[in-house]
Order: sequence, then structure tokens, then C-alpha cells
Amino acid sequence: MIEVQELTKKYGKQVAVDRLSFRISGGNVVGLLGPNGAGKSTTMRMLSGYLLPDSGTAAVGGFDVVKESMRVREHIGYLPENNPLYPHMYVREYLHFMGALHGMKKDRRRTEHVIELTGLGPESHKKLGQLSKGYRQRAGLAQALLHDPPVLILDEPTSGLDPNQLTGMRELIRELGKEKTVILSTHIMQEVELLCRHVLIINKGKIVANDPLPALVAEGGLEDVFRRVTR
Amino acid sequence: MKIRTILAKEINEFFSSLTAYITVSLFLIAMGLFLWVFPDTSILEYGYASLETLFQVAPWVFLFLVPALTMRFFAEEKRMGTLELILTAPVSQWQLILGKFLAGAFLILFCLLPTLVYYFTVYELGEVRGNLDSGAIAGSYLGLFLLGTAFCAIGLFASTLSSNQVVAFMLAVFLCFFFWSGFDSISRVASLGAVDFILVQLGIYEHYVSLSRGVIDSRDLLYFASLTFFFLLLSKQRLEGARW
Repeated sequence: MIEVQELTKKYGKQVAVDRLSFRISGGNVVGLLGPNGAGKSTTMRMLSGYLLPDSGTAAVGGFDVVKESMRVREHIGYLPENNPLYPHMYVREYLHFMGALHGMKKDRRRTEHVIELTGLGPESHKKLGQLSKGYRQRAGLAQALLHDPPVLILDEPTSGLDPNQLTGMRELIRELGKEKTVILSTHIMQEVELLCRHVLIINKGKIVANDPLPALVAEGGLEDVFRRVTR
Repeated sequence: MKIRTILAKEINEFFSSLTAYITVSLFLIAMGLFLWVFPDTSILEYGYASLETLFQVAPWVFLFLVPALTMRFFAEEKRMGTLELILTAPVSQWQLILGKFLAGAFLILFCLLPTLVYYFTVYELGEVRGNLDSGAIAGSYLGLFLLGTAFCAIGLFASTLSSNQVVAFMLAVFLCFFFWSGFDSISRVASLGAVDFILVQLGIYEHYVSLSRGVIDSRDLLYFASLTFFFLLLSKQRLEGARW
């Protein structure tokens, strides 16, 4: 589903992503881990077509992220870091807007379905700026799910949520992972153990671990491995 | 189709944030004062049935109003991070730019429409009813609209340069001013010789005045089209450059 080869991105002299290569097959929840500044967000931004790689290639669903960017975007649901939203838009207005950008006709049933799926229901009559952090996060996820993409790229989808919201969000992601390919980045190790079947750890732009979760757990637990390889 | 989605969103934002109402009313108040109240420029004092004042003052008002409209376009999307959201949706940079540009052009049209009332007022007030040069006025309106859209393209470009709206506004005012009268002023510097003709042709003023005579010259239309396209192209380059 996702194939990354020798992907490199530099900001000036600083190398943010350094010859990254990995493959992710369909129907899988993959955790992208790494310390702050390791290049997680940069990698996701290149996969989503927001940034262009300096060298190397990446393909999503068989489409090249540079040459066939539009096709890739149709295949991806993307939740950027910090979940940017238009504060003055109403929830449904926002979803219709994002749907239209994905070339969807105004589809009430799909919108309501996504609102229900993400648990936005009780707050769906409000403006995005009036929502609490947890509901804002759900709105961001609803936007990513709207066009029913086979691939979801979620950049820290659970940051800033309270314990109850965390549980809800994780259940939803696990549910989605049954039929979609999900890449998510997070700093919470228990979350990875709960959700992901496969784990990628990057440090200073390089892959330092690329293993199925059980293998890492057998090596002495995810946290130990993380500390060891990112030191 | 996607251009229309962006256009609708921008127009919606103009009207929900009061920007549109404030802009249009400020424009109309300023125009009303200059045309009918301030004695130096008042049509009533002047005594001739003409709208010349309107077309002399309006570009200077647009110089500040249009950048105030356009400063938001990209600067705010960048500051809020929503640019990432739009640019990772299957929307091309051109669709995004054109949607926003057309929203600005629409609002400029919206500013100009009510001033038609002045035309009918002067038309009726003339000693001999209807004794005014309608052809010249039509040409002037076209010129003013094209000037507004050119300012809009300049402002849109300025907005891609910064995530700070105030910076975008200042840059836009400066660039608009330069294209409006800067080339003209430079051309008057002595010792430039034959270059001055070219410099005058590069500025908006020359083409605006030419259109306001009521003769629609294709060279003037071409000038405005290229100037507007040039800045939209720069905006596109700027968005593309930001991906690196």
C-alpha cells in the first residue's frame, strides 16, 4: 500500500529525513515513533503531498507522491499535526467544504455517518472554534474519513485528549484499521501496544527499528527498545 | 467546480467576518464624502455634470481597501495551518489561487455597483437632463474594475509571502502604489531619455487614464490581463516553492 525508497528531505543544511525506506502492506495499523524532531511529521507531509522530497521516491496505493500527487491525495485521509481547522465554520459546513474539495457531491448521509462514527453528534451544531480539544480532534478525523480513503495518515491523533477521549479515539482507530491502512505517529507507548501491528522508529531522520510489534515486545518492551535505539 | 467551492468559502468568510460590510461601507462613505460633501472635490460645487472625481479618488481608496481584503487570503491560512489541509486535498494550486482571486474580484464589483447611483444622480441633475459622457464613464468603470482586480492579484501575492497579515498588508500597499504611480513618477526623473516612455507604459496609471477616455483599447486590456496574470503566476510559484 505504501512504499518508501531512499526518501530524503533537507531543510537548508539540516537533514530532516535521511534515505528512509520502508513498506507497509494493506489493512494494517502502523505506529511511526521517534523523538521530537526525528522527522515523523516531515515524512507524513511528503506522503500526503504537502512537501516534496529532495530525493528518493514514495508511492501510496501504487501512485507516486510527486508525479501523481492528485491521485495520491484522493487515496489518503490526512490529519495534520496540531489538527488545523477553520474556527468560524460549523461542523457540517466544514465537512461539506472538505468533501467538496475531494470532489464529493453534497452527501448528507455520508456526512451524518461520519459524524456518528467519530462521536461528534452532540457537538455537531457548533462552530469548530467553540469545540473542546477532544471534539476538535474528532472533527479533524471526520474530515480525514469523509471520502472513505483506503489510507489514513494521522499525525499525533491523540495528543491533548483526556483519558475518556483517548479510549474512544483508540477504539475508533482500531476499528478503522480493520479495513484501512493507518499510519499514526504518537509519543504514547501503551497506545502503540494497543493499536499497532507494526512499528517504525525513526531517529534523526533514519529508520532505527522496523519490526512487528510482538518482536519488539519480546526484545524487552517497546519503551526499552525505543530508549535504546533513539539515544 | 473546486474553484467554486473555494470561491464560496472565501465569500462566506468575507460576509461572516464583517470584512465585506466594513469594506463596502468605508468605500461608499469615502466616495460619498468626496463626491457630494467636501467642497474641493464636490460635483455640486464644481458645477459640471461629470463623475471625474469618482474615478480620480477611487484608485487611492482601493490602494488601501483591496490589500485589506486580500491580506487574509494566504497569511491567515498559513498562520492557522489550514493551508496544509487545503494543499493536501486533491485541489491544484491554480484552483486555490483562482478561487480566492475571484472572491476578491467579486467583492470589488460589490463595492462598485452601488456607485451607479451617483451616475443616475448626475444624469438627472444635469441642466440638460442626461448631458454627460456615458461612454467615458463606462470606460472608467471598466478601468476601475480592472485596476481593482490587478490590486487584488498583487495583494494575493503579498499574502503568500508572510504568515503575518499586517506584513502582507504593508507589502501589498507598497506594491500596489508602485504599480499605480511609481513607474509614472520614476519616468519623470530627468536624464532617463527614451526609457521614460517604456516606464510609463509599465505603470497602471497610463492605462487607467487611457481607458477612462471611453476608448476601449485592446492594449490596455492586455496590459491589465498580463499584470494580473503575472502576480497570480508569482503566487503559484510561491506556493510551489514552499513545498521544497
